Amino acid sequence: MSTLQKTARPKGKTLGRRIIENWQLYVMLIIPVVITIVYKYIPMYGIQIAFRDYKPARGFFGSEFVGLKWFERFFTAPTFQRMIVNTVKLSVFNLLWSFPVPIILSLAINQLRFKRYKRVVQTVLYAPHFISIMVVCGMIRIFLSPYGGLINLITGQQIDFMTVPEAFRTIYIASGIWQDAGWGTIIYLATLSAVDPGLYEAAKIDGASMFQRILVIDIPELIPMIVLQLIMAASGIMSVGFEKVFLLQTQLNKATSDVIAVYVYEQGIVDHAYSYSTAIGLFNTVINIILLVIVNKIAKKAADVSFV
Amino acid sequence: MNTKQKSVGLSDKTSDIILVVATAVIMVLIAYPLYYVIVASVSDPYDVYAGKTFLLPSQFTLEGYAAVFANSNLLNGFINSVKYTVIGTIYSVVTVYLTAYPLSRRNLPGRKWISIFFVITMYFGGGLIPTYLVVRDTGLLNNMWALFLPGGVGMGNVIIVRNFFENNIPKDLFEAAEIDGADNWTIFYRVVVPLSRSIMAVIVVFSMVAFWNDWFTALIYLQKDQAPFPLVLRGILITTEAMSSMTGGMSYAESNRISELVKFASMIVAAAPMLIIYPFVQKYFEQGFMSGAVKG
Repeated sequence: MSTLQKTARPKGKTLGRRIIENWQLYVMLIIPVVITIVYKYIPMYGIQIAFRDYKPARGFFGSEFVGLKWFERFFTAPTFQRMIVNTVKLSVFNLLWSFPVPIILSLAINQLRFKRYKRVVQTVLYAPHFISIMVVCGMIRIFLSPYGGLINLITGQQIDFMTVPEAFRTIYIASGIWQDAGWGTIIYLATLSAVDPGLYEAAKIDGASMFQRILVIDIPELIPMIVLQLIMAASGIMSVGFEKVFLLQTQLNKATSDVIAVYVYEQGIVDHAYSYSTAIGLFNTVINIILLVIVNKIAKKAADVSFV
Repeated sequence: MNTKQKSVGLSDKTSDIILVVATAVIMVLIAYPLYYVIVASVSDPYDVYAGKTFLLPSQFTLEGYAAVFANSNLLNGFINSVKYTVIGTIYSVVTVYLTAYPLSRRNLPGRKWISIFFVITMYFGGGLIPTYLVVRDTGLLNNMWALFLPGGVGMGNVIIVRNFFENNIPKDLFEAAEIDGADNWTIFYRVVVPLSRSIMAVIVVFSMVAFWNDWFTALIYLQKDQAPFPLVLRGILITTEAMSSMTGGMSYAESNRISELVKFASMIVAAAPMLIIYPFVQKYFEQGFMSGAVKG
């Protein structure tokens, strides 16, 4: 085989020759590359309007340079502090509550011995992930309605939860766990499927209970993946799920639901304050990148796992 | 057997029972809200709001579903969504395959740089407004393609597919094909595409779900009559606009009853197609994520 391979692909080929030989691969890449340049790279270049006073007629390049004007305006906006606090609180609390759930679920599912039942559990747990956030928010609003909503029916109350600022975070986080915790188990289950079954057998013979096997075999196996997931989650602290906040926000719960992402949308798309909105978005991105670097460094030191 | 040592902790049988009971409870918690909406969608709304439909429908009726498809806005949204999902999925699978295949060929000069070029877009982007302005300047406002092109190439899917090509298609096949004189293109559609059906099924389902459920892109870029189903739902469920177009000519109580029924029925219409599809490819999910995660 190896000799055949050598005749098929001699080593001495020049770069130019190899490029010509692979011309079809480059042709295949043309469409993806063009789309990526136009809709991914040009917008990145367009971020500079955060430092300019964007006028449609002048475009990205020609608009007047205004320095940090938009950032100053954002930092002195009346709701600035509230938005920062709400964004960070929503993300951090969400991370703390949501992150462990898929791990625990996957440890349990992995120990299920009846394969058919295991499949059913997985199918049911994945289901909410495939439902539109719009439907989920519709369900939330109907269930929490003071007039015959499921929660009020069960508890015998008449609370209009959507108007209670204190309830907003709980609603957001609980519904998020309902929708995505099951889906989040996939990555951990895939990792656990790599465990050598012989290890379990050996542990069983040594008299380890199921709980001990989870503790000694499964959890160590999961640690690198947990750290990786944590790094990714932590680097997204400033990017809360915009769509859900947007759909669950009401005039009366704004005290806790007013987050940066919604402000970016309102300023940019609704009010056409293009430069201002871009500046706020950039501020958000920069904080996310800083967080990514910090968390990555901590993880590298703590667990010898690196992501970037 | 090691009866002495087995006394440590709970016996496996007890643990099994606890696990089955616990997962059953979790399944009920996950499934019940959906079940409740299904029951409510075929029950009299006044009974629903009086708490008479926790387990079974009351005064069974399909009027809600009839009303969903009789309403011109909802029907139009449904047709739009089908159209966007079909075209978007084709767009997505084609671009993902066109990207993943060259990136999986180790002898492609510049592979590393091309790879970096694409991967960067996973972590950095222009953000809402710069992207919006490019979409506008390329003439895509109020054009269906604004739903697909600004997303670029689905890089998560590209990585899953590329790793599948690299790990799950035997290298011998590539070499054999090369010796037979097959060019890259022939290998692609004779070997790679036929042998990657399972992962293609996963990508198809992921794309379908994304486009079927998308509403925000349409909110930004499209006109009202181009709205997909979930965006029309927003008017009914979230901003609760009047549904006069549907309930005109009815008594107040009757139109109220129908609008409440439509709320439940339309949510089921929106959710059902994807809930029916995903179990068919469920067994490939772990495989896809594994190959995606290990070398991503």
